[in-house]
Amino acid sequence: MKRLGMARSLADQPAPQIERLERRLFLGRSLSLGALAMLSGCTLSDGESVQKVLWAMSRWNDRAQAWLFDPNKLAPEYPESAITKPFPFNAFYSQDEVPFVPAEGYRLQVGGLVREKKPWTLPELYALPQTTQITRHICVEGWSAIGKWSGVTFRTFLERIGADLTAKYVGFKCADDYYASIDMPTALHPQTQLTFRFGDAILPPQYGFPMKLRIPTKLGFKNPKHIMALFVTNDYPGGYWEDQGYNWFSGS
Amino acid sequence: MAAVHEAQATGWVRIHPLVVRITHWINVLAVLMMVTSGWRIYNASPLFDFTFPNGLTLGGWLAGALQWHFAAMWLLALNGLVYVVYGIASGHFRRKLLPISPRAVLGDVREALRGKLAHDDLAVYNAAQRAAYLALIVALAVLVLSGLAIWKPVQLQELAALMGGYEGARLVHFFAMAIMVTIVVVHVVMVILVPRTFPTMITGRARRVS
Repeated sequence: MKRLGMARSLADQPAPQIERLERRLFLGRSLSLGALAMLSGCTLSDGESVQKVLWAMSRWNDRAQAWLFDPNKLAPEYPESAITKPFPFNAFYSQDEVPFVPAEGYRLQVGGLVREKKPWTLPELYALPQTTQITRHICVEGWSAIGKWSGVTFRTFLERIGADLTAKYVGFKCADDYYASIDMPTALHPQTQLTFRFGDAILPPQYGFPMKLRIPTKLGFKNPKHIMALFVTNDYPGGYWEDQGYNWFSGS
Repeated sequence: MAAVHEAQATGWVRIHPLVVRITHWINVLAVLMMVTSGWRIYNASPLFDFTFPNGLTLGGWLAGALQWHFAAMWLLALNGLVYVVYGIASGHFRRKLLPISPRAVLGDVREALRGKLAHDDLAVYNAAQRAAYLALIVALAVLVLSGLAIWKPVQLQELAALMGGYEGARLVHFFAMAIMVTIVVVHVVMVILVPRTFPTMITGRARRVS
């Protein structure tokens, strides 16, 4: 079996504008299937309408997945022997471009609908109650790998900062200019973890130092790395890949 | 009995009910979208040492292919549900696809390969057709179930476990696709070889064989 890291295959892709153009050209060709009139009720030459229908279906799938999501259903956990070694690196850039975040002076910024907006140092975060999970990371590309992650249960952290747990979203800003957001029910899932350790060591840079969000109930790209700030909000924050067309909920 | 009277009066026999014709063509559309977008998704992380030519795929890139796949899945599943419920409730499956025996299937396949398969009465499926259509229905059902397991390996983990977990479900999904595509290719070749079957799936009727 062949495995392609997200980094490699994404690096192979053309710039977004060219992609969009290619997509449009491709749609022009695929329209000859006569398929789309039935799906969308639009004219056959109208590629923009097709795009709108596909995006609308993706929003519909967000709702379907939120409905399917069981807040008490746990992702399967595995024995140490099942851990994938080496664990694949994946990002929207190559491994030599991984951001360097100095541990000293690091502060996790906390904002939005929370009571305590005081930034957190790493020692303060490490002092919170820690849990460990061995779960399967599933990439939107299809491949999967099992890893071991430790950190604070995200729900515990949200309670510590007095987050409004009835808000809709938690958003993240990362050191590599990645940004992401998740739904509150998933944020409160018992296995959703603010992760500081990978395997038996501090999270190395390529896996997201100083911290990542580990969500075994979502696809890999919904697990932001190098988190610098997080915020609780009712306004849809979007995400790096979601804004380009990947499904937002992307639950497993 | 009505069909018989109609046939005697007009020389035409009704062989494909309206529900079957509508669901057939919606299925053609849905399967085309699912397979071509699915190949693009496969290409993002190939299970085996080959990829599908991008020119044969739908969506333009992985996110586009995923949008198509997860939109068309509703069409495929809902249309399939209508077809299966109709097929069971109306007796269509029992009438057209049964009985079926391995010996009859092998016999018909042998005849077909010699180019001598009797196909005079289009209202009656021969054993090879029955086997192919049944296998196609089963393959599509397996595709839907393994697809659900890949889409929701946590929420539907019991279903995924039946296929050996997430990675097992990917293999099941791939091989069910391969079987389905093979049956469809044979089906289209047979329609080309016996072209008078083609209009019957649109109009629903064929001239009575006297």
